[in-house]
Amino acid sequence: MKVRFRDIGMSYGTMKVLDSINLDVNEGELVCLLGPSGCGKSTMLNIVGGFVAPSEGEVTIDGEPVTGPDPRRIFVFQERGVFPWLTVEGNVGFGLAGRPAEERRERIEYYIQLVGLSGFEKAYPRELSGGMKQRLEVARALAVDPDVLYLDEPFGALDSITRLQMRRELLRIWEAERKTILFVTHDIDESVQIADRVVVLSARPGRIRRIVEIDIPHPRDLSDSRYIALRDEIFGEIGLAHQV
Amino acid sequence: MRRLVPLSGIFLFVLLWQVAVSASPGTLIPSPGAAVLAIGELAEKGLLFRYVVASLFRVTWGYLAALLVAVPLGLVLGLWHRGEQALNPILQLLRPISPLAWIPIAILWFGVGDLAAMFLIFLASLLPLTMTTISAVHNIDAVHLSAGRNFGLGQRELVRAVVFPAILPQLIVGMRITLGIAWLVVVAAEMIAVSSGLGFLIIDARNAGSRYDLVVAGMLLIGVIGVVLDLLMRRLEALPSVAWGYGE
Repeated sequence: MKVRFRDIGMSYGTMKVLDSINLDVNEGELVCLLGPSGCGKSTMLNIVGGFVAPSEGEVTIDGEPVTGPDPRRIFVFQERGVFPWLTVEGNVGFGLAGRPAEERRERIEYYIQLVGLSGFEKAYPRELSGGMKQRLEVARALAVDPDVLYLDEPFGALDSITRLQMRRELLRIWEAERKTILFVTHDIDESVQIADRVVVLSARPGRIRRIVEIDIPHPRDLSDSRYIALRDEIFGEIGLAHQV
Repeated sequence: MRRLVPLSGIFLFVLLWQVAVSASPGTLIPSPGAAVLAIGELAEKGLLFRYVVASLFRVTWGYLAALLVAVPLGLVLGLWHRGEQALNPILQLLRPISPLAWIPIAILWFGVGDLAAMFLIFLASLLPLTMTTISAVHNIDAVHLSAGRNFGLGQRELVRAVVFPAILPQLIVGMRITLGIAWLVVVAAEMIAVSSGLGFLIIDARNAGSRYDLVVAGMLLIGVIGVVLDLLMRRLEALPSVAWGYGE
């Protein structure tokens, strides 16, 4: 068991945003936290990331309680998380300051290439598209070789075509690196396309309504009947008719 | 062509100046030609160089000293809410007091001379630079601070690797505006506290013989040097590691 949420509750004043969350995430697993806006899914991620302490309960990683942010677990924000004052190289090397120069150079080069930004080493983020900035942030996270990645609606600000490409990229990278990934999204399709398991949260206060296992091998066929069945199941769980 | 448009404004101004002086000779101010001749006279006597250097010297040291105090102070107050709350009333109280109001005290403490003038520049620059730094720290995107902490940075490294580069664009704008203020103040300070520099030139030209051509020459020099200082500061804004802060 990699990550374990035990009876997590979170309140801001009298407002309860998370209620008795219990969840186990396995090593190397890609788990999506899915729910409507304001259901506390980002709060969950901030708690496991060590940025806020829960009001109740405890999160442990490898059996150790989380007490603060830790470079072994990197949080990927939306694309604005990259440092605009550093070049692509500078961003990817940000977490490598303590390592020998040679290793730093190799890792920077490797991860820039992995996320497909070769040729942009000296570019600044403002010269990059939204999708490129997002990949840069993923490269910056991977460069420090964390065991867990937290992604908070990472593709939310991208257009729908880029978003599809980014999902494919993420899966490719995940298959190469086998990190444990916790991925927050409000996009049902996105969750069924990428996750091993989808954790469906209720509206505030967020509770786990159901955990849906997505037992389709990658690459997933989006017109496959199993895919559609699982997607519809989640639509039903959230209480939406699958019609516009 | 694009370069000619701003020049045409200056040309028009000089023309109007000349016309106005010709229409009422001897009563208004010296003509543009007289002012240029006066600058030549200053250069010939070696005063031009000496006075410009004297003024720049005072501004440089007073301003740099203010920068050395204001940026660390602003960083501390920007990051440490309690400290800011405690000091803010004093900063607000000092803010409306013109740096020129400090002239008597500057002379009392440092006597008539360079130190008094530099002290006034220091005071004039200190508050705007501190305020700029504090507000720039408050404007840092929280995501960048979180990311820095996530990569394991302690407080000191966070300031060096995230906070400082994040505030730099705003700080540079504040530095540019403040340098303009410092240049305004040095002229006033030199009228009272010292006996060299462009401010002294202006007051001395009037007192010792009503040489208004020298007065206008001094004013022109102040204007030109002010523009040059501003252009130099603007070049900092073009640095690639800060250009992100200025939009497109």
